[in-house]
Order: sequence, then C-alpha cells, then structure tokens
Amino acid sequence: MSYQVNEKGYYGDFGGAYIPEMLYPNVEELRKSYLEITNKPSFKEEFDQLLKDYVGRPSPLYFAKRLSEKHNTKVYLKREDLNHTGAHKVNNTIGQILVAKRLGKNRIIAETGAGQHGVATATVCALMGIQCVVYMGEIDIKRQAPNVARMKMLGAEVIPAKSGSKTLKDATNEAIRDWINNPVDTHYIIGSAIGPHPYPDMVTRFQSIISEEIKWQLKEKEGRENPDYVVACIGGGSNAAGTYYHFLDESEVGIIAVEAAGKGVHSGESAATSQLGNEGIIHGCKTLLMQTPDGQITEPYSISAGLDYPGVGPLHSHLYKSGRGEFYSVTDDDAMTAGLELSQLEGIIPAIESSHALAIFNDKKFKPEDIVVISLSGRGDKDLNTYIDYFKL
Amino acid sequence: MTENKTLMKNRINQKLAEEKKLLSIYFTAGYPSLQDTVKVIEDLENSGVDMIEIGLPFSDPLADGPTIQESSTIALKNGMTTKILFEQLKDIRQSVNIPLVIMGYFNPMMQYGVEAFCAKCQEIGIDGLIIPDLPVAEYNEHYRKTFEKYGLINVFLITPQTSDDRIRFIDNVSNGFIYMVSSASTTGAKNTFGNVQQEYFERIEKLQLKNPQIVGFGISNNETFTQATKTAKGAIIGSAFIKHLTLNGIDTINDFVKGIR
Repeated sequence: MSYQVNEKGYYGDFGGAYIPEMLYPNVEELRKSYLEITNKPSFKEEFDQLLKDYVGRPSPLYFAKRLSEKHNTKVYLKREDLNHTGAHKVNNTIGQILVAKRLGKNRIIAETGAGQHGVATATVCALMGIQCVVYMGEIDIKRQAPNVARMKMLGAEVIPAKSGSKTLKDATNEAIRDWINNPVDTHYIIGSAIGPHPYPDMVTRFQSIISEEIKWQLKEKEGRENPDYVVACIGGGSNAAGTYYHFLDESEVGIIAVEAAGKGVHSGESAATSQLGNEGIIHGCKTLLMQTPDGQITEPYSISAGLDYPGVGPLHSHLYKSGRGEFYSVTDDDAMTAGLELSQLEGIIPAIESSHALAIFNDKKFKPEDIVVISLSGRGDKDLNTYIDYFKL
Repeated sequence: MTENKTLMKNRINQKLAEEKKLLSIYFTAGYPSLQDTVKVIEDLENSGVDMIEIGLPFSDPLADGPTIQESSTIALKNGMTTKILFEQLKDIRQSVNIPLVIMGYFNPMMQYGVEAFCAKCQEIGIDGLIIPDLPVAEYNEHYRKTFEKYGLINVFLITPQTSDDRIRFIDNVSNGFIYMVSSASTTGAKNTFGNVQQEYFERIEKLQLKNPQIVGFGISNNETFTQATKTAKGAIIGSAFIKHLTLNGIDTINDFVKGIR
C-alpha cells in the first residue's frame, strides 16, 4: 500500500483535479513545476533558512511529564504552537510564497476560516512585499475580529465571502472564483491538504518538516526515531499530514486522527467527516465529505473554527479507507476539558483545534511504555474568548 | 464531428447542422419557484430559442458568478433536487422539441450514480451535459463509454487561456460543440466585449476546429450576442436571463428573447 500521491494525483481512490477548464492552465503550471521548483538546492536553502530564522524552527519536541503521569504513558508534544504566528500554518505559507515568487506571480489570494491561515499568508506576503487578498466568511469575520485586525495590520485586504453559508467553504469558493478571474498574475495559497492535485501533496510536503524533526528529536531523547503513535487533529488535515508524513510507511507507528464531533457525531452539529461523510467532490478533489443524499455539501459545526470544514484531505480519506489511520471524534466539551487540563498540568494553553488531539486519552488507552507524540498545532491566544465564555473564567 | 451514429442523430447535432446562428439560454431549474421549470422551458422554445441549458443547482457552484450562485441557492431552498428535476421533466418531450442540455456540477451526479443519471437523461430526452468540474481526462478514462451508451453529448469548455494544443485535444474528444468561455471569468453578464475577446474569437476561428463553437459567459444583449456570433456558431445567455426572471418573473420571457436578436 502506498501513501504517496500517484502520477495522476490520487491517493488510492481519492484526489485528482476536478476543476473547471478556466483553472486548468494555473493548476497544470503548478503540477508540472512544483517538484522541480521545490527540489532545487537554492529553494531548499531559502526555505530552510526562513523556517529557522523567521519561523523559529525546529519547534521543540517536549516531554510532557505531568500529562504523561496523569495518563500513565509517555507523551511528547510537538510544539507547533511556538512557531511565528502561533501555529503550523506558516510552514506551508513560507513554502508556497517561495513557489509563487519563482512562478513570477505578484498577487496572492487565500481562504481562511478562523483566520490562522489568513494571518500566516498575510505575514509571508508582507515579508516578500507581495499583494495579498484573503477571503473570509462574513460570519467568521465577526467571530474572529482579532485575526481580521492582524491581517489588515500586515497589509492584506480581507474580503468577506457573502455566498452560501458565509463560512470557510464559501471563502474557499470565493478564492477559487478570484483565481478564475485572475488567471495570470495570481497564485492561490491553499491552507490545508485539500484542493486539486498538486495542492494536497505540495502542502503535505511543506508540512512534513513536522515529522522530519520528530524523527531526529525523538532519536536524541529516546534513542529511536519512531514513536508508537502520532496523534493530530484533522479539519482539512494539514498539520496531521505533516505529522504523519515520515511515518506513513513505518508500520509500527500507529497513526491517530482526531476529528471534531461538535455537539456529538449524530447531533446534527458535527464536523466528523469520516463518520458522517461519503465519497464526493469538494474544492477540486475527490474525497470524503459531508453532504445530503442529493449531493449538496452540508454545513459542518465545531466549536473550533479550524476544524469546521465539511471534508478531509484526500490523503486522510485514503488513510481512513485503507485502515492505516485510526479515526476518533471528540466533542466540543471533551476538547475544551482537555485544553484546560493541558493548561493546568503543563502551563501551555493550546488552540482548541489542538485540544481535540489532546482529548484522545478519553477514547484510547495507551500502555505505560508507549511513546505518544501529539501535534500541538497551535496556541490558544486566538481562542481565549471562547475558553472564557465556556469556563466562565 | 463524430463517427458515432447515435450521436449524429442527437438533437444537438441536428440543430448545429442548421444554417442559422444559435441562441441558447441557461436557467436554473426550480427558479424563481420550484414549479417554474417546465413553463420556462416551454416559453423559451415558443420564443424561438434554439437550445436550452437546464441548470441543476449545486450548493457550491465555483465556476459561477453571483447571479447564478444566488439563483442556485434559492432553487435549493425551494426544494429542488435531482430526483425532483427528473420528475418535472418526465413528459417534457411531449411539448418541447429543441435540444435540452443539463448543466451542473459533478458531485450531485456522482451521488445519483453516474450511470443512473445518464440513463434517466436518455429516458427523458436530454441530449447533452455540461459539467464544468469534470475534467476531460477523467471523463475520457472513466465516463465516456457510459455517456455515449445513453446517447449523451458531453460538452467541454475552452477559455482565452487554453493553449492551441489543448484546444485541438478538446476538439478531438468533442462530438457536438465546444463551449467557448468568452473571458477569464466566472459566469456573469457584460455589456460589451473588448479587444482581448475579439482577438480570442479570431484566434479560435483560425484554428478551423471540427466542432462548432458556442460562446458563453458575458453574453447579455443584442450587442454581445452579435459580436460573439460573428465568428462562432452561437451564443449562450445565462446570468442576464436569470436577472430578467428575478426582476420580471416568468411571464415576459418572450420580450427578453426578442431583445437579443
């Protein structure tokens, strides 16, 4: 079983490029050139240097002693929350802005839900002096005012997506429409491991720095490269893809994906795509997505804006269908409790997305000698208001 | 245009063989009201339209501009589904003779079942499909045989950005007409075409393609229709017609069509 994308852009049954002909020249240009561009030594040098000096990598692999004692296993946290801009998203935006520069593009568009990817995109555009337009659902703009302000301060234009349900999927539609209308000068920086081929693979490769570092860091600390489990939350699935990447072919490493169950998988307010979805097409790829029997894409729900997406990336659909990945879903309540637990046991306030991964201990019992690496994909600053409201702090 | 005899007899190819320039109209099924579908089709034919594209509404129509998005959202709110559309169209061939094409996104067709969808189209008398997000390569590899088994013409798009090589490739795999997107844009009405469009129209004319071309996106009035059909076989109007329905309801369709040519 291969977990790499094949030459047609598929992971098993999932992936491809289901795009209108209007986007074909752009996506084809990217497909033909992304590996050539990113494999060049000069690209790698610039990418690595920015990750080190600008993002602050490598991010620590931290042995969470008190959390480990509480759950009677060995827990390491991969601290993506310590990256510049506060989450893993910047790994990908640094990579893509360098690709865009080499393609001669002078305008960047992006979609954002909670605003983390929008901020990470606005950040790299400011760094490179490139025009930046971010599409964000009208409802999300109201919910995430601080991130909207950050993007504006960084010089980006934030355009409200007013179509459909006015959230992330609609912001993505609007970004795709912008790209259709601006096919020559514009590069679209997709924020997750979704979209038409080659996006899922390109984003996964940029995020794969996470598992690349875990390997050597764990070797230093434990004398072995492979943990027993890697755990990550999944919305579209970019931090998860990066966390799993170098372990996909290591069969002794268990791969655990945690989706957002919202108010309960079958409550009607959930984003647990692997449980509720079936095969279909969303935003240019064939993958698992939540939809009506008639094929209309439905609106997901999660307390975490970053997991509030009705699909998962095609790699993750393949991991689910092939059985390589174990999928769990965690409710709002369990995630919030896990976030509070980490804050008080380790002095780390996690993003609510990452809190979902931390809630894995409710569903899965690990052995005392197991080494469990959890991706702490982002920090909780952006979620403080949600935590305050929830816990009446 | 095609070696396939069933497809030669298809109403689309018969219509394309006529001498005149063709006017095709797009509308969203179930808009403005759920039960308007059949009346809109009948009135369009009675007004002299040559071909109709029946839009199957989708929640996330990413190739469409605001007008068609909004009409799709309303049609879905009205309760339109693939099954209901097929039910509404079941007797359409008793009253309508011009070619009928369903234009929609691929996901609802996948969920219905591609073969079942095609079989139903043939049963009703649908002549072709336009599926903006089903790429040519996927179609050829997985779906061509099924479409052709049920006598359906699949129509592909080209745009000003499409290379000559790719246009030739698309011409080779087409067996009806080529949907020529007028500009790099989502759907939406324009008042006039600029030099870029004129040059594009002329470039396509020079390629001497096997399949005739019908221009869509940005056609809204007599001026744009005339400009587009100077070199192309016909033109498709969508957003401008939807706007007309929004403003005037479904009783003045004839006035709209008469204003175009």
